[in-house]
Amino acid sequence: MKFFSWSEIAEGLGIAFQALKSNRLRTILTTLGIFIGVVVITVIISVIQGLNAYVKGEISFLGADTVYISRMPWTITDYEEYLEYTKRKRITEDHYEFVKRYATLDEAISLEIATRRTVKYGSESLDDVIITGTSEDYVTTQNVVAEYGRFFTPSEVNFRKNVCVIGYEVASILFEDRDPIGERIKIGANTFSIIGVLEERGQVFGQSLDNMTIIPYSVFEKIYGNRRSLEVQVKARNPDILEELIDELIGIMRRARSLGAGEPNDFSINQQSEIMDLYNSITQILYIVLIGIGSISLVVGGIGIMNIMLVSVTERTREIGIRKALGAKNRVIMWQFLVESMFVSAIGVTIGILISMGIAMIVRSATPIPVNISLWVLFLGIAFTVTIGIFFGLYPASKAARLDPVEALRYE
Amino acid sequence: MLIDLKGIVKDYQVGLEKVHALCTIDLQINKGEYVAIMGPSGSGKSTLMNILGCLDTPTAGIYKLNNAQVSTMNDDELAEIRNREIGFVFQTFNLLPRATALHNVELPLIYNGTPAAQRREMAEKSLEKVGLKDRMNHRPNELSGGQRQRVAIARALVNNPSIILADEPTGNLDTRTGDEIMEICEDLHDAGNTIILVTHEEYIAEHSDRIIRLRDGMVERDEAA
Repeated sequence: MKFFSWSEIAEGLGIAFQALKSNRLRTILTTLGIFIGVVVITVIISVIQGLNAYVKGEISFLGADTVYISRMPWTITDYEEYLEYTKRKRITEDHYEFVKRYATLDEAISLEIATRRTVKYGSESLDDVIITGTSEDYVTTQNVVAEYGRFFTPSEVNFRKNVCVIGYEVASILFEDRDPIGERIKIGANTFSIIGVLEERGQVFGQSLDNMTIIPYSVFEKIYGNRRSLEVQVKARNPDILEELIDELIGIMRRARSLGAGEPNDFSINQQSEIMDLYNSITQILYIVLIGIGSISLVVGGIGIMNIMLVSVTERTREIGIRKALGAKNRVIMWQFLVESMFVSAIGVTIGILISMGIAMIVRSATPIPVNISLWVLFLGIAFTVTIGIFFGLYPASKAARLDPVEALRYE
Repeated sequence: MLIDLKGIVKDYQVGLEKVHALCTIDLQINKGEYVAIMGPSGSGKSTLMNILGCLDTPTAGIYKLNNAQVSTMNDDELAEIRNREIGFVFQTFNLLPRATALHNVELPLIYNGTPAAQRREMAEKSLEKVGLKDRMNHRPNELSGGQRQRVAIARALVNNPSIILADEPTGNLDTRTGDEIMEICEDLHDAGNTIILVTHEEYIAEHSDRIIRLRDGMVERDEAA
């Protein structure tokens, strides 16, 4: 059975277009609710997606295949919990050695301990530089590359040599155009010779990763003591065995800490996805609330369409009568009004998407968040149009279709 | 026989009261006849015309149009019959105000799925018959009353229907324009069309060959003009 002929569809579109053209203001006002709803939903989806991409990019320096053994978890949501964590024992160099001896699934293991100091070269000085004490494997676990010179060797670590690798920012501020390799700088009261400069790494949440100076952890301990808890960084052989690696590390750490069967872990094994999870759980709520607001706006907009379509049916009662007298079947009349309501809804959705694109462009240029209206948002738009148009147009359209031709022709 | 009405009854419920608009009408009309239906207001001529035009179905009785049993058809079947068999000409023209004359004439063809090119050709031919080919791109408000009624006649003719049903076609026109319209009707009749004219004006009815007079929902007289 054939439901619609093309000429009927063309007639429906023509009628809709003309009806809306002669009621421009009314049409625009009717679409207001729809387009606000579309803007809210598309902008929110796009901004949150952009934020996700941004956060993911920002924390990617942590490495998807590296886990971090430390005293506390990275994400603490509760103050009581935090107080419990502060009672935990430090992670020490012994643990690092222990893990290094027993781990089998690792590609590399490093440790990290950090503080902030002023770094001086001649008369130039730079405050608040992150001083990181680590081992030679830091290069692998943290994916850092010495752009000039080299990283330190195991023997430089073992023999506690005062060597350092400086970050890109430290190099460019203290040395400008000069070659820093072989030069001596002062970190606090201690003198170090520069053996390498790191490649530029950029910022994380506005914090520079280039404002740092890396020294052997053995030297760090000699100068700053060993009272700080350190972090052991373990890179998996490949990303697929991350879970197995974590299990292995938990076993090793429990052994190192001599924990009994019933005792809880008194250390934390952190990874990048943990931050992502926390972040996602926060945005999830935001997402649901705002999508809810957007949906309410769409429903209100849809009711607006229904209202205006009812007015339109009444206004055009006589026209409906004429069309029926000339042989228009009920479904043809129904189709005509459905096309019209979908048309109104399409105008709202189109304006909404265009405005969303504008907002996305503004957000993109004003913030570091990469907001894009993706293609599927357009498909979503079409789906909205059809759904709202049909759902809220159905009642007025069927009312029009059921009109009695005799009554309709008599209508003034 | 083109039209065969047997025992047609039409009742309306007005509030609690039942109104007999038509009671037992028996009527036969042959192909090619030119019939006028007359009667004072309230005589049931509008009701009869709605039933003849398949806009409404009778409460009781049998209506056969071209041997098809119309009285028991559903909405969509009636729409198809109206489209194929009946050309309406109304007192108030009933053109779509925003559509051009051509589009108005094309409408019945749109609803029976005639292809666009053929549709246009047929509509133009029909407008030519009523002498309005040069006005086909005008909208109703750009046409005079007589021209509008001629567009309506072109629309009624376009599908080559069995009956042309004219309901007070001159009621909204001055005498001279009315006469023009009646001349067109006569020409159509001469060309072999069946015409049913509803009117309350004696001099208009006189154009026909047969006058059926209604009173109180019944046929009072049925005679040659």
